[in-house]
Amino acid sequence: MSRDHDPSVVWARQARLALVIARKDAMIYYLKAPVITFGLIFPVFFFLAFAIGRAVPPDALVPGMLAMAVFFSASAVGPLITPWERQARTYERLATSPASLEAILLGDLLAAAAFGAVVSLIPLGLGLAVTPAHVVAPGRLLAGVVLGAVAFGALGVLLAARGTDAPSEVMMLSNLVRLPLIFVSGVFVPLAELPAWSQWVGFLSPLSYCVDLVRISLGETGVFPPWVSAGALVAFAAVFVALAALLHRRRRFAGT
Amino acid sequence: MDAVETRGLTRRYGPLVAVDHVSFTVRSGEIFGFLRPNGAGKSTTVKMLTGYLAPSEGTALLDGHDIVRDGLAARQRLGVVPEEANVYQDLTVWQNVMLMAELYGVPRVRRTRHGADLLALFGLDARRADKGRSLSKGLRQRLMLCMALVGEPAILFLDEPTTGLDVASARLIRETVSRMNRERGLTVFLTTHNLDEANELCHRVAIIHRGRLAAVDTPQALRSTIEARRSVEVVFTVAPAALPPVSDPGAVIETFSDGAGVRIYTSMPGAAAQEVAAWALDSGLDIESIATRAPSLEEVFLAVTGPRAEAAEARR
Repeated sequence: MSRDHDPSVVWARQARLALVIARKDAMIYYLKAPVITFGLIFPVFFFLAFAIGRAVPPDALVPGMLAMAVFFSASAVGPLITPWERQARTYERLATSPASLEAILLGDLLAAAAFGAVVSLIPLGLGLAVTPAHVVAPGRLLAGVVLGAVAFGALGVLLAARGTDAPSEVMMLSNLVRLPLIFVSGVFVPLAELPAWSQWVGFLSPLSYCVDLVRISLGETGVFPPWVSAGALVAFAAVFVALAALLHRRRRFAGT
Repeated sequence: MDAVETRGLTRRYGPLVAVDHVSFTVRSGEIFGFLRPNGAGKSTTVKMLTGYLAPSEGTALLDGHDIVRDGLAARQRLGVVPEEANVYQDLTVWQNVMLMAELYGVPRVRRTRHGADLLALFGLDARRADKGRSLSKGLRQRLMLCMALVGEPAILFLDEPTTGLDVASARLIRETVSRMNRERGLTVFLTTHNLDEANELCHRVAIIHRGRLAAVDTPQALRSTIEARRSVEVVFTVAPAALPPVSDPGAVIETFSDGAGVRIYTSMPGAAAQEVAAWALDSGLDIESIATRAPSLEEVFLAVTGPRAEAAEARR
């Protein structure tokens, strides 16, 4: 078997290419002052707009704020990368390179997840510093932040797969999907306190599982066992990436 | 082994057939020109050959690897310069080149050395720290070539590489591609509507028209297919009172330069030149210049894709 077709060689090569693409994304799209600022400020202010004036202990705000930061930062830029690259005609260069579609999507996902996880450290530090909140289960916190960032990055990759070259259209779609998720995922009000119908909708949102893991890690009561939340986040990520690959393939076959 | 081989390559967009059962081969070490009028299916063919677009039917092999079933191995052998400049605007010249080298798996030491050589070759070494967005179209196109070549491809796809470029950039690109083909045996698939460029660079050319392959051969052989368009051009010091007599009954004579110039289209331009020279001597006319002309590739192109060809196609 030639090296071109040896599965272990192919996998290793494609994994390396995913890292190359993730680094490219970070350099071009993520490591920009406006993106970092927006990734931090938007979730914090959005959360405070809902929290201020309500009789909620400050430490109870931390899990929601942290989950929001992970959610918004990990899914903010990803949906726009493919449309931007299609518009700038750099996507054709990537697609005709030896990187597989999966490596390209994985690279986009890795960049988004790393950005989301790193940016969320700031609201976490802030929350721990200025409120009585403290971490009781670091492993679960890590799982919530990292797996949440992966699932939300994958959501961004899926949103980017829509057949359009216009970033504005994707931006609208992205907000249309992401904003409602905040209200049904137990960010502001714990999932257990939501009406039954809302809880069922919340079960379909990856954000619910991230928030739940973070709540547990900060000593609050969760709705799901941690392994269920972790498994759900992994499953969401896998489904989102698989759907994104399907949409890209379909588009490539349709020639649009 | 052929560098490129297509068999019945077809692409449909709904009822529209953009590429219709196109079959051809590109030999290793060859510069192959792909000529087309707009909308002939050229871009679609290139997109299929580079793995960007799936064919509806047929196959394409690159260095023996099927572009669909064995796409990763096939694409590993390609360097692509798409029609429009598409460097990463926010990366520097050097970062753009290194990114492509990494995507093609070129080891660090080799890519650093090879990247530096390419920047020097294309006159970009002084601009290596500049962002892609600061480059002119000509410099961007040079950078695109560096990006395509840094992966050390066996086959280089160039899509309209010199369109809209300044003369210096266009010449540099043509000379460098030609030299790499000569010295390293690089196979080049050149799509162009610049017939002079195709004539100058290509060993063989294909003409695609309405999605179908209309002709494939060397530029010389294609020109010889329209013998009737061979001609002799004579310029007299003063316009003659009458047209020179030519024995070829199929010859067509036209004048230019206010009658001082005479162009005779004939399948026997040598004989016609002798006849005109003898007639000028007898008539006391002075000849300023006389030259025989083979038909240009442009004339071949028009003969293959023009209204007459379409009428013949319709009759078939």
